[in-house]
Amino acid sequence: MASVAAPAVRRRRRHLTHSKGFLAALLISPAVLFIGALVGVPLVLSVYLSLTDATAGSLTGPWVGLRNFTTVIHDPIFRGAVWHTFLITAISQAVVIVCAGLLAHALVRKFRGRWLLRFFVLLPWAAPISLTVIGFLWFYDPQFSIFNWFLIHLHIVGEANKPNWLGTPREALASIISVQAWRTIPFATVIFLAGISSIPQEVDDAAAIDGATGLRKFWYVSLPLQLPIAIVAVLFGIVFTATDMVVPYILTNGGPFNSTQVLTTYAFQQGINAGNVGEGAAIALFMVPVLAFVVVGMLFFARRAEVT
Amino acid sequence: MTRRLRHGLFTYGIAVPFAVVLAFPFVWMAVTSLKPQATVFDPTKTWSFHPTLANFGYLFHQTDYLRWVENSCFVGLLVVAITLAVAVPAGYALARLSGGVGRSLGIGIFLTYLVPPTLLFLPLSRVVAQYLHLSDRLWALVVVYPSFTIPFAVWLLMGFFKTIPQELEDAALVDGCSRLSTIFRIVVPISLPGILTVVIFTFSLVINEFVYALTFITSSTNRTLTVGVPTDLIRADLYNWPGIMAAILIPSIPLALVYNLFLNRFITGFTGGAFR
Repeated sequence: MASVAAPAVRRRRRHLTHSKGFLAALLISPAVLFIGALVGVPLVLSVYLSLTDATAGSLTGPWVGLRNFTTVIHDPIFRGAVWHTFLITAISQAVVIVCAGLLAHALVRKFRGRWLLRFFVLLPWAAPISLTVIGFLWFYDPQFSIFNWFLIHLHIVGEANKPNWLGTPREALASIISVQAWRTIPFATVIFLAGISSIPQEVDDAAAIDGATGLRKFWYVSLPLQLPIAIVAVLFGIVFTATDMVVPYILTNGGPFNSTQVLTTYAFQQGINAGNVGEGAAIALFMVPVLAFVVVGMLFFARRAEVT
Repeated sequence: MTRRLRHGLFTYGIAVPFAVVLAFPFVWMAVTSLKPQATVFDPTKTWSFHPTLANFGYLFHQTDYLRWVENSCFVGLLVVAITLAVAVPAGYALARLSGGVGRSLGIGIFLTYLVPPTLLFLPLSRVVAQYLHLSDRLWALVVVYPSFTIPFAVWLLMGFFKTIPQELEDAALVDGCSRLSTIFRIVVPISLPGILTVVIFTFSLVINEFVYALTFITSSTNRTLTVGVPTDLIRADLYNWPGIMAAILIPSIPLALVYNLFLNRFITGFTGGAFR
């Protein structure tokens, strides 16, 4: 029976794959066109703008070559912005890895009240960030900061020398880092959770039979298996934090005295507020190396993840 | 039993403190939103006060808040519709394209999701103003937002469609269904939960967007929720903090509830595209 049916099926398949390629192209092309027009074209335009002296209100300007880039590189505020972007991203994401790793391992099992705890944990991710950051503006208020209220009542700081969270350079940077970590932890936890639960039960059982328990099992079995997905989550966190404008823009807008200026806020100030579109575009393009790094990492680990 | 106890200790010992820290800002927002405006600036009234809903009244009657909510929803619904129309076919085709082409193209589309608005807003703001003549119009956002919702949605949908067994479609094809009607009669109904997940997360991406909304929209009545609250409510000399806290909580709590409901499906789609 089977041998009789086989040729007919094969012929039918070949016919389908023939039209399938055309159909696939037809189905995919709107997405590709849309993305090309709204991501590809602006990307090329921003490279072009960075090489011109374009000012507010126009898309063209006298060609100036690499002058915007040399101006920017010698600008101490820009150098500060690069450094702050790096600091904020590196520290907040290091905190995220540790916290999300712990939290994911705690939330992976079923337990009483898991739904409620998960709801609380997800809140910072689900709520619109530009709104919650305004909340932090109030929590960091120089006079009425709730954090200071706790610190004073725990006798960690005195009423007289309480920190001014957004008004002094070091504290402002720390505030931004905390908010970035706070809002990335839930997402990283979710993806870490996915990584942990993707480990098949058989692997767990095999490890148990071989006598691996506790930390040893975690280090030699669970960790390597969940690492690729976890790294993808971390790479996401890096991109979203390094290219984020909402948190620094609303909390400090680069201040005090440019001490929390990052690439995005500085590009916005130069490009929109000051009208130096060319220079703003040049500043924004310095985010591309971060993107390239993350893209390469993601391609590498997505492939690794598929192999395992 | 002791092993179980140890697990319990680990679980609650970690999950509860983290939940407290992560959720505390929202608790404090809720407390503040119920305070009478005057007590907010009284340090002795940190926890004790007579709760009031007056701040919600202020928000609804004396600000453009409801208008912003309406604007956000208008943009959100249109963008969701455009996104689905473009991403469902693309996601399906990518899931079914065998071999390296589909995978590479899928990852390629997904990587464009990583290109941030903060890199594109300068040229786009000029394009929107000069060529599309849409400055200060919500339609500008409707046109531009699919640039990041489509890659995201294609990726999720691709993950969902891959979980549908090929045999199911083959059976429909053998029974004489055309490939297009197979998509609409078999694939779409089966993946309805997945599509709903995409709707919710796309909508929330739109509600969240800030940079484009800040640069393209200039007048107060055309603002979206995320830009209206920080620019218009934080402007007077004495901020109405309780009102602002209410403005934050109103969209946040429902969003968090749906996120929680659809979380598992989101994970399936998100990790399904690459990791299977």
